[in-house]
Amino acid sequence: MRKLPPILVWLLPVVSGLLFVSLWYGVRAVSGLQSWILPTPLEIMQAAWREHTRLLAAASHTALGALGGFVLAAVLGFATSLLLGVSRSLRASLYPWLLVLQMTPVIVLTPIIMLWAGPGMPGIITITWLISYFPIVANMTQGLLSTDMHHVALFRMCNASRLQEVLLLRVPSALPFYLAGLRIAATLAPIGAIFGEYMVGNSSGGSGGLGFLVYSYNTQIKIPALFATALTSCLLGFIFVAAVSWLNRALLQKWHDSFERTDH
Amino acid sequence: MEAAAPIVNFTSLQKRYGAGPLVLDGINLAVRPGDFISFIGPSGCGKSTVLKLVSGLSPWSSGDLTVAGMKPRQARDRQAFIFQDATLLPWLTARLNVEIPLRLRGASAGERQARAREMLSLVGLANVADYYPRQLSGGMKMRVSIARALTLAPQLLLLDEPFGALDEMTRNRLNEELLALRRQSPFTGMFVTHSVAEAVFLSNRIVVMAAHPGRFHAEVPVEFPYPRSPELRGRPDFQAKVNEVSRLLHEVEEPVTA
Repeated sequence: MRKLPPILVWLLPVVSGLLFVSLWYGVRAVSGLQSWILPTPLEIMQAAWREHTRLLAAASHTALGALGGFVLAAVLGFATSLLLGVSRSLRASLYPWLLVLQMTPVIVLTPIIMLWAGPGMPGIITITWLISYFPIVANMTQGLLSTDMHHVALFRMCNASRLQEVLLLRVPSALPFYLAGLRIAATLAPIGAIFGEYMVGNSSGGSGGLGFLVYSYNTQIKIPALFATALTSCLLGFIFVAAVSWLNRALLQKWHDSFERTDH
Repeated sequence: MEAAAPIVNFTSLQKRYGAGPLVLDGINLAVRPGDFISFIGPSGCGKSTVLKLVSGLSPWSSGDLTVAGMKPRQARDRQAFIFQDATLLPWLTARLNVEIPLRLRGASAGERQARAREMLSLVGLANVADYYPRQLSGGMKMRVSIARALTLAPQLLLLDEPFGALDEMTRNRLNEELLALRRQSPFTGMFVTHSVAEAVFLSNRIVVMAAHPGRFHAEVPVEFPYPRSPELRGRPDFQAKVNEVSRLLHEVEEPVTA
């Protein structure tokens, strides 16, 4: 397939975005829906401006919870995968239970988590961790088990110890898998934090993040502000994904095929 | 004069995987120090398995095999393996790849680096020491792989179709370079290949193998003295040797069944 010219890569999303906004105005005009049911993009922007102090404060609160849960998931995910990747019997005994944990809807666990961890930041971080942990473990474990057999043979031929094999061979070769897991986790972490805040509702004393704003705007029927909150959450998600993409590039660009330049 | 003790010695060796059919049967072979033996035969004749057994990566079923008088696994520090693809670690530069055997032995950073640079210049790649494998051509990758295998100056080098994926010109060049390297860092070679001309050019002994079960069909001595120059390939006696081996290879080819 031929590559798109760079200008089009930038221009096309702008054009499709403009089309979408016009469609939005069109629907609003034809249907005659009220502003509080379907606000126009302009009204959303105005609401965002009006509420920007609250939105920013909430967003930084959410970012903190999301980051806490994400880092926890990244660290524990790495450690868990090492255990699972290195020992067959540990893998056999633990992996099914990890699946069970993943299959249990977080919404069911939330009240229990709030009960145990407390309704504030610890509970929110726990929920975020829970939601972003599994993709990291699943990817990294897969990566540790996908080491090239010839590389393993090379290490065995050099009488490498098990520890050397893991640290110098299996972990580096699993790095792209780990980063793929982190990327999925980065999209989930803000969602987890917002969900946690929403579930906590006003029980946290009104100091919550974006999730709490959703709760509060909803009860006040401030629909344009609700849309503005969605927009802010979306931006927060982008920041998380961009950070992981940056990390991905920094760690893999030099050697990994996914960054192969075609011009040489 | 008594011949030197063999570095690799197969005695009535049999190999099967689990309860499966025999992969190798009745293998008897004494590899003497300084030999360069090529193993050639149809696919499924177990020629790569021969190398795996010597390296201790795979156990045999009956008979015996010693490397330098020891069990293969115990003799690993005397041997190095070169695989069909260069098996470089993609996240390490050429130099760091060459350093791996030293690193796994716990050599100091300074020693590793000095030795790796020396090895890379030996294979003519000093200028790409800091390149990552994906920036190197197939031939260059294989040179790095050879440099890595020779860092610890092994007595025995096992080569499993190392040049099979390369074009003929590169392959010929690397054959010549391999023989040149042997003069600087003498090793006994066990070489698996599909190319008769390559086997004749490199070896002093060629083992022709047959399949089902894998076994030795014939051994052909190649008397051309070392050092061998590229001109050897154009000589009629070289061509005669190639024909002789090809004929033997033809004998063991399985009839095509409809």
